[in-house]
Amino acid sequence: MDKKIYSKEEIQAIANSIRKQILGIALKSGGCYLAQACSSAEIVASLYTNVMNLGPSEGLWEPIPFPGVPGPDNMDYPKGMMYNGAPAPDKDRFFVSCCHYASVIYCALAATGRISPDCMDKFNVDGWNMEMIGAEHSPGFENTAGSLGQTISIAGGTAHARKRRGDTGKCFVMLGDGELQEGQTWECIQAASHYKLDNLIIVIDANGQQVEGKIEDQMTEEPLIERFKSFGAECVSVDGHDIDAFCNAFKTPHKDKPLVVIGRTLGYTGIKPLEKRWPFLHFVRISADEREEYQKIYDEM
Amino acid sequence: MKIEVNTHEKNILRLAEEHPELVVLSADLGTSCEVKKFRAMYPDRYFTMGIAEQNMTSWAAGLAREGYRPFIHTFAVFEYRRVLDQVEMSVAYPNLPVVFVGFVPGITTPGGVSHQSINDVAVMRSVPNMAIFDVGDATDIDYILDMAYDYNGPVYIRQLRKEVPRLFPADEPVIFNRARVLSEGDDVVILSSSICTEEAMRATAVLKERGISVSHMHVTTLKPFSDPTIVDAIAKAKYGVVTIENHLDIGGLGSATADLMAEHGLGKRLIKIGLKGYAHGASKMYLMEKYGINAMNLVKAVEELTGRDLNIGKDDLEEVRFVDFLEV
Repeated sequence: MDKKIYSKEEIQAIANSIRKQILGIALKSGGCYLAQACSSAEIVASLYTNVMNLGPSEGLWEPIPFPGVPGPDNMDYPKGMMYNGAPAPDKDRFFVSCCHYASVIYCALAATGRISPDCMDKFNVDGWNMEMIGAEHSPGFENTAGSLGQTISIAGGTAHARKRRGDTGKCFVMLGDGELQEGQTWECIQAASHYKLDNLIIVIDANGQQVEGKIEDQMTEEPLIERFKSFGAECVSVDGHDIDAFCNAFKTPHKDKPLVVIGRTLGYTGIKPLEKRWPFLHFVRISADEREEYQKIYDEM
Repeated sequence: MKIEVNTHEKNILRLAEEHPELVVLSADLGTSCEVKKFRAMYPDRYFTMGIAEQNMTSWAAGLAREGYRPFIHTFAVFEYRRVLDQVEMSVAYPNLPVVFVGFVPGITTPGGVSHQSINDVAVMRSVPNMAIFDVGDATDIDYILDMAYDYNGPVYIRQLRKEVPRLFPADEPVIFNRARVLSEGDDVVILSSSICTEEAMRATAVLKERGISVSHMHVTTLKPFSDPTIVDAIAKAKYGVVTIENHLDIGGLGSATADLMAEHGLGKRLIKIGLKGYAHGASKMYLMEKYGINAMNLVKAVEELTGRDLNIGKDDLEEVRFVDFLEV
């Protein structure tokens, strides 16, 4: 079956549905990682549609109770990665390093028919697999990523293995920009460049914010493009809310080099009142007296 | 006593021939970890990761996810202290079959405190899914890689390099989670591991001459640690137990033994011989004597347990010793 090509409007509709669902969670629970949804909705929607080449979901349709910690007697638990399709030589793989974005991933899976549209009913519910910060068992997740800087290396090792094996599929890894402050990120870029891993694609939601505020006020990272290039990767930076520009960025030639696509984004895109709180948007709480304002936005979405 | 040379090198080459998916990763210390020949023979299965252990550890997890069997080779100290979070989150939590071959464990390096893995067993024992093997002689080395390969999950090996004595018959394999019984008796139990087993063998020979009935066992599997042979021997011991290890006296063999004794309700004395704190850079024999992880201190511990003066001097314990570790 040929891969469906989504129109820009269809991708935008998926992005909008991600934002709306996560705003709905924030309204229901009083708070969640809402700004991450606002910044990454177009990025994740584009990845799951036109950018990545994934097979059909092999994950269970409905959420399940937490299937247990992996161990010698528990290696066959349902893996989160199966929602991205069964691994195959010609298929892409997707590693989510910014696992605080779990709700975004779950909503994208739902919007692309990879999990039940009602799956978010079990989001962050005690005892279920739809955890707020994802791990191996969470739908859409290959690995446990909450400790930043490690997933890019795991994706690097996987890309290395797949290149040796002659797989044509790529390994995508999605990062936040705050995570670029981790030294391990750069250890990985140097190794991926050394081993000429052109099958490793690094996607960054560069929303310019981290827990304590604006990135440039915490630890300067720029110039990012020059930094990545000097470590041996190819790197392009685009507007992460511009679906066409973002999808086209992956056509950048990167022979023998990993490709880094930086999507420049804003954590209040689509939910304007968040702007006044920026850059303090790591975890957004909606107080009782703000409910009406946000409820109105939700209803109009 | 026969001294064997580069036993790990021979065994990793043998295992590599048997298992084409075995790969070696190193952070610029492969030549110090007996994989120089491996690199020459299998250049495409030897991954130089630069001096960057964190990335190496998570990278190995990625390779393991794809069916490769990564054997990380560097100094033990750089496989747990520097990269504990990577060990836990990238490898141990998903229970991936990555083998950490840790060289120059404990005070077997003159490299000083930065190079000495003195609390690695304590740390790794607390990491779920991780198995820990501590090597004491050339026969251990001959079998340990196969044991690690067959284990369903991550393994940390405290490996010895270069000149290593062959203390045990070459045709008697190491058995997983089973101590090697070297002497049976019911006055005291001595549990030893790593380079301390040679010391303990020297001590037990003299103790037996003095009429002490010694149960001596060499422990290779430090985790899991539930060998019923050890429990039975401790249950029979009249005076108590002495442990001796190339490690801090907290969290290693001694503590594992204490746990086991308590779990089985074996209320007897336990003397733990090990390092009391950080060490410093000097030769192995010097450090063993300075910090008391040697035959003489073991004798003193047995004297204390039995309440007997055994009149054993340094000269009684001397015997041919193997070559000291001189290189960093």
